[in-house]
Amino acid sequence: MSIRIAIGQVNPRLGDLQANLALYKERIGHAADDKAQLLLFPELSLTGYMLRDTVPAVALKLDSPEIKQLTALSRKLAFVAGLVEESPDHRFFNSAVYFEDGAVRHVHRKVYLPTYGMFDEQRYFARGDRVRAFDSKFGRMALLICEDLWHPSTIYLAALDGALAVLCPSASPLRGIVDQQSQDDNARYWEMLNHVYAETYSLFMVYGNRCGFEDGVGFWGGSEIVDPFGERLAKARYYEEDFIAIDAGFEAVRRKRTMSPLLRDEDLDLTINELMRIRERPGAEIVRKFKGSKVQDRRTAKKK
Amino acid sequence: MIQIPINTVLLRQILVAFIRNEVRKTGLVRVVVGLSGGVDSALSAMLAAEALGPKNVMGVMMPYKNSNPDSQAHAEMVAGKSDIESLLVDITPQIDGYFERFPDADARRRGNKMARERMTILYDQSMRWNALVLGTSNKTELLLGYGTIHGDMASALNPLGDLYKTQVWALSEAIGVPPVIVIKEPSADLWSGQTDEGELGFSYREVDKLLYLMVDRRYTKAELAAAGFPERFIDDIATRIMNSQFKRRLPVIAKVSQRTIDRDFRYSRDWGK
Repeated sequence: MSIRIAIGQVNPRLGDLQANLALYKERIGHAADDKAQLLLFPELSLTGYMLRDTVPAVALKLDSPEIKQLTALSRKLAFVAGLVEESPDHRFFNSAVYFEDGAVRHVHRKVYLPTYGMFDEQRYFARGDRVRAFDSKFGRMALLICEDLWHPSTIYLAALDGALAVLCPSASPLRGIVDQQSQDDNARYWEMLNHVYAETYSLFMVYGNRCGFEDGVGFWGGSEIVDPFGERLAKARYYEEDFIAIDAGFEAVRRKRTMSPLLRDEDLDLTINELMRIRERPGAEIVRKFKGSKVQDRRTAKKK
Repeated sequence: MIQIPINTVLLRQILVAFIRNEVRKTGLVRVVVGLSGGVDSALSAMLAAEALGPKNVMGVMMPYKNSNPDSQAHAEMVAGKSDIESLLVDITPQIDGYFERFPDADARRRGNKMARERMTILYDQSMRWNALVLGTSNKTELLLGYGTIHGDMASALNPLGDLYKTQVWALSEAIGVPPVIVIKEPSADLWSGQTDEGELGFSYREVDKLLYLMVDRRYTKAELAAAGFPERFIDDIATRIMNSQFKRRLPVIAKVSQRTIDRDFRYSRDWGK
């Protein structure tokens, strides 16, 4: 089966939900005209990235009128929106929402919220607590947001959960000038990751990054679609708004997995056993220090 | 061998995109920039000309009667070469008018006053011309605090603030700032014979290497010493950075409410843009 996958590389207005909703409508219309079946928008592209105290002002509950508008638009084509999701108990998540045929089919809440250097996400957002693949009408896929993918455990889980494609909305800032490199150091790293992940896990990497500047921080764009053989099928321009679309033949996943059945041979029990051992190892607190770790909670409960 | 990365092709691409994006999102299309005749303002102006079109950039030359005549000649050279608009405002009457009342003011006070008078002219011209004020302070002088707060440090946007002087020189050469401006000895030209390196007591190339390792690469003092920097030099620079921190921040606000500006009232500058 071949599906036409598109990426809307946009430059949203910071904290202006209505302007960005209009931008979404326009790009969805454009993608529909292009006969795209699935459109990926970047991380927080419905709101802008450096939101800080505007987070609650632009947050959307899944039953809000804005989400209903987006839901209606998904009758034209399936798409992934990047937005601030407010849970019924008023936590705010950096979420990617998958809309298909007039319904919300899947929500991924960003798990790894960078809070170091120039990033401050955990000050404003609550952490997602799951990585799940989901069934779309095109096949099984997973959503992982930007920094999530810098943790190899997330893509490992997505692949073992059956994802044939990973859709990654991103707001990756350009930083780090290196000599003799045509792009900044962050772009170099991402392009390497997309390539390695696609080939290692024999799946499609659909990476949608934003462009534009916020408070002097530039986002490098360069969205891309990489097939399971590591071939870059489509590449958006750096730094500028762009739209890319490509017919992606999902038979490529079958072909690749036939040729190198690495996932088939993956020993899940071995991984689980070793992880259990590592969890108990002295000094392993570092990997389970996150508050709210269900794993730790259960263990503590058992001891009581 | 310590190498500060100098990827002029990429830097140029990023800084041009930065100026274009950050100016246009405010709804404006123009900038004004003070042209001193030095390399920093020449580079800022030429990047802006590339980003916005030369007719959307105004270089304002603001000499004082004691200014080195080369400064104005070099500023005119930049305006001519980049085809930007230019304006000459002699600041002598307003400086002399003020110091008539305070004749014993020293060179530093006079220099700071000149820098701040120039700032008020740039902001007035920016309103007259419906433009933003483009900054010209580089990372070296910002870190060392070698600038006048609310004077030459004031701007709406600054393309050079993350570039060390070493990078400014390389990029200037690459985008065609007249060589005479790139190679001349840097000077604030606030009094006769003043040079940056003479006043600071070290060379930009030397301090840039130290700053790059200390700030960008987070070297510890022991690592910096092992890299060959004298301990006194390391301490001197670390102290300079610390003591000039106030210049890089908003004024201190006494917190009395639940939400204090910039403490727990946190919004990006580009809020709504």
